[in-house]
Amino acid sequence: MAVSILKERWTSKLYETTIGTGDKAVKFGGDSTLPYLQFEGEIPNRPAVALEITDVEPTDWPDFLKAHWEGVLADPVAWAKQAAEYGADLIALRLDSAHPDKGNASAEDVAKTAKAVADATDLPLIVIGCGVEEKDGAIFPAVGEALAGKNALIGCATQENYNSIVAAAMVNGHNVIASSPLDINLCKQLNILMTEMNLPAERIVIDPLIGALGYGIEYAYSIMERSRLGALTGDKMLAMPVVCFVGQEAWKAKEAKDVESPEGQTWGEQGTRAILWEVMTSTTLLQAGGSLFVMRHPESLKKFKAHVEEISKSNA
Amino acid sequence: MGLTGLEIYKQLPKKNCKECGQPTCLAFAMALAGGKASLDACPYVSDAAKEALDAASAPPIASVKIGKGDRELVIGGETVLFRHDKRFEHPTGIAIEVCDTLSADEVSAKVDAINKLVFDRVGQTHQVDLVAVCNCSGDANKFVETVKLVQSKSNYPLILKSEDVDAISKALEIAAEGRPLVYAATAANYEAMTEVAKKFQVPLAVKGDNLDQLAELVEKVVALGYKDLVIDSGSREVSRMLADLTQIRRKALKERFRPFGFPALAIASNDDVVKEAVDAGVYISKYAGIVVISSADPAVILPLVTLRLNIYTDPQKPIAVEAKIYNIGNPGPDAPVFITTNFSLTYFCVAGDVEAARVPAYVIPIDTDGISVLTAWAAGKYSPEKITDDLNALGVKDKINHNKIIIPGHVAVLSGKLQELSGFEIIVGPRESSGIPSFLKQRWNA
Ligand code: B12
Ligand code: SF4
Repeated sequence: MAVSILKERWTSKLYETTIGTGDKAVKFGGDSTLPYLQFEGEIPNRPAVALEITDVEPTDWPDFLKAHWEGVLADPVAWAKQAAEYGADLIALRLDSAHPDKGNASAEDVAKTAKAVADATDLPLIVIGCGVEEKDGAIFPAVGEALAGKNALIGCATQENYNSIVAAAMVNGHNVIASSPLDINLCKQLNILMTEMNLPAERIVIDPLIGALGYGIEYAYSIMERSRLGALTGDKMLAMPVVCFVGQEAWKAKEAKDVESPEGQTWGEQGTRAILWEVMTSTTLLQAGGSLFVMRHPESLKKFKAHVEEISKSNA
Repeated sequence: MGLTGLEIYKQLPKKNCKECGQPTCLAFAMALAGGKASLDACPYVSDAAKEALDAASAPPIASVKIGKGDRELVIGGETVLFRHDKRFEHPTGIAIEVCDTLSADEVSAKVDAINKLVFDRVGQTHQVDLVAVCNCSGDANKFVETVKLVQSKSNYPLILKSEDVDAISKALEIAAEGRPLVYAATAANYEAMTEVAKKFQVPLAVKGDNLDQLAELVEKVVALGYKDLVIDSGSREVSRMLADLTQIRRKALKERFRPFGFPALAIASNDDVVKEAVDAGVYISKYAGIVVISSADPAVILPLVTLRLNIYTDPQKPIAVEAKIYNIGNPGPDAPVFITTNFSLTYFCVAGDVEAARVPAYVIPIDTDGISVLTAWAAGKYSPEKITDDLNALGVKDKINHNKIIIPGHVAVLSGKLQELSGFEIIVGPRESSGIPSFLKQRWNA
C-alpha cells in the first residue's frame, strides 16, 4: 500500500544570513520547512558552529573543558587560531573584560582586542559584549568600527541597548544578535524596533536565551518551535535564523562539571557525560529550529557536526 | 477529537425509541460525541455502524501497556504534534538491549548495570523502562536461557526481540506473565507471530521495511483480529527515521490514518555511544513511544532521561515545591539558612548541593509561583518585600541563634533593601548552587 506523504504547504521561509567575507564566509538559515524534513521543503544551508573564546581567562570553566585549550586561555589571538584548527566555522569572541566586575575595560581596549583577533583569523567573527546592557551599548560603536567591513555578527542587543548596537552595525556593515528572554512577543517587538532603524531583516539573528538540557531547555525548545512555525506561515518578524549559546549554558550544568560528589560518582565518566550535555543540548535545539550554535568544547563541535552530516541526508 | 454529533447521528437507526435513555437519536449522538454515553446503550445499531463508529471514536493514537505492576509502561495516547499545543502525554519508554550471544556472566553484569540506572531529578526518580532481550544468536534455546536469566535478575518489563516465531513462542512460555512486548511481526512471519501474540495476550510490534510496507502489514495484522500494537517503519538512519516518525504522528492525528494510530518504536542502537545517544534524543523529541539503545552507561542514560523529562513536562504548569522550611541533614540553631525559590528545579539544585556539602542546613524556597531565581526576580516575585513576608510567616528567626541568611549570587542586588526590611544580615552566596560546598568551607562559621 502506498502511503501518501502528508506535507504541509508552508507559505514562507527563514531569512538567509551571511557572516564574514570571502571563502570562509558562513551562510545559514533559508529553511522553508521544519527542521530536517527534507521531504517537505528546502534546507539550503547547514547549521553553523562557532567555538567561544573570551578576552580574559575564564574562571568558571571546569578543568575538563580548559584542558583542551591549554596555553591559550589568556591569549584571545592564540585561542582564536586554536579554535580555527579545531574546525570551527566561526569564532565567537566574548568581551568579558568590559564587565564592571572583570576589569571594566574601555571601549577602545576591547575594540583593540577584537581587531587583533579579526586580524589573526580568516574565519567570520561573532563578537559578544560582557552582558551588562548599558556597557555593551557603550562599547559596540568602537568595536563595530574596529571591525568595519568584516561583516561580523555583534550583540547581544536588547530592548535597552539595541539603538547604539544597531547603529554600529549599520555604519560598519555588521549583523546583529537580538536577545529577548524566551518570549515570542518580546522577540518580535525587538525585531520590529531594529528593522524600523532600517537594519535589513536578514542581518538580524534571534537569540531566544536558551537553557541547557535539564535547565530549562524545554522552554527554549517550545519558543523556537513556535517561532519557526510563525516564520513558515508568513510572520517576517520571526523569520530570522536563531543562535543558541549552548556552551555557556551546558557548562554551567552540574552534570557537565561534577567529578567529585557522591551523586556524581554514579553518573558515569565525566568526559562522555559533559560532552553529551553540550552535544545533546545542541542537537535537541537543532530539532527545535536553531541555525547557529556557539559551543565551548572542540570534541562537542566534532560530534555535533557528525550528527549534522547524518541528519542532513535526504529523507525526501 | 473524534466525530461530531451529526456524523455519529448519520450512523444511528433514527428510531427515536428512547431505549438508550435519551429522548432522541440525535440527543444520543450528541451525548456520544461528548463522551457522556456509550454506544452499547442503543440495542439497534447495525454491526456496520458499530464498526465505523468504534474506529472513528477510538483515540487517534492507541495507548499500549507493556509489563505489569509497578513497572508497567504506558505509551501512545498522544494528541498533539507540538508540546506547546497542549502537552505530550506518555514519556518515551527507554529500552536497553541485552544480546543472547553474551555469556551468562556478561548478561548478569549488564542487567546489574541496567538496574543501577536510577537517577534523582527534581525530587523524582528517573530510570529506564525496558530490557530488550535480543536473539542475536539466532538460536531459540539460547534466547530462552537469556530471557530466563534477565527475568531472574531484574523486574523491568521485557522486549522479546526475535523474528523467529518458535523462539518467541518458547520465550513467552516463561515470560508472558509479565506482558513483554514481542518484536517483531514482519512481512515474512506476521501470520504466525500474530497468532502467538494473541494466544499469550501480549503486545506486538509490527515492523515494516518502510512506511508503505508498515501500513500494509498493520492492516493485515489488524484484519487477523489483533490491535495491541506498536509500530516500527524499520528505518535505522536518523534522518529517515525522523521523517517516518513525523509522518506516523501527522497522519494519525491529522488524517486519522488507522494503520499509523499506534505508538511508534525506534531503534537507535549503535556501537558509537555518542551517536546512539544523540539519535535516541532526536526520537525522544520527535514522537517515539519507545526508543531502543544498547549502552547501559550512566553517562549516556542520564542525558536521555533528563531530555525525556524536559520534553514531556507539561508546558502549562511548572513543577513547584511547597514553600516551607526544609531541613537538610539535622540542622541545629547555628545552621546556615539558604533562601531560594520554589521552582522544583531550582530548589532541588540547591538542596542537592547543600546536601553534598555535608553541612546540616535549612533551605527555604520562597513562593515564586514555581519560577527560577532570575525569572522571579525579573517578574517582581522575588522582591525584598516578598522574601521578608515569607520569612516572617515561616518564623525563621525562631529557628536560629544567629541572624544570617544566604541568598543566591544572581540576586546580590537585593542585599541592601532585604537587610533593611528583614533585619537579617545578608550573605551573598555563589551564583551557581554547585559553588555552595566550597562557599560553606570558606565562608560559613556562624
Ligand atoms: C526558563 C526561563 C524562563 C521560563 C520560566 C521557567 C521557570 N519555571 O522558572 C519562562 C519562559 C516562563 C520565563 C519567563 C520570563 N523570564 Co526567563 N528565563 C528562563 C531561563 C532560560 C532559564 C531559567 C532557569 O530555569 N534556570 C535554571 C534554574 C535552576 O536556575 P536558578 O533558579 O537561577 O537557580 C540556580 C542559581 O540561581 C543557584 N541558586 C538558586 N537558589 C539559590 C540560593 C542560594 C542561597 C544560592 C547560593 C544559590 C542559589 O542555583 C541554581 C543552579 O545553579 C533564563 C536564562 C538562562 N539561560 O538562565 C531566563 C531568565 C531568567 N528570564 C529572564 C526574564 C527577564 C524573564 C521574563 C521577565 C521575560 C518577560 N519580560 O516576560 C519572564 C518572567 C515570567 C513571569 N512574568 O512570570 C531573564 C532575567 C534577566 C535578569 N537578569 O533579571 C533571564 C536571565 C534571561 C535573560 N538573560 O534575560 N523565563
Ligand atoms: S436507542 Fe437507539 S434507536 Fe432508540 S433512540 Fe436511542 S439511539 Fe435512537
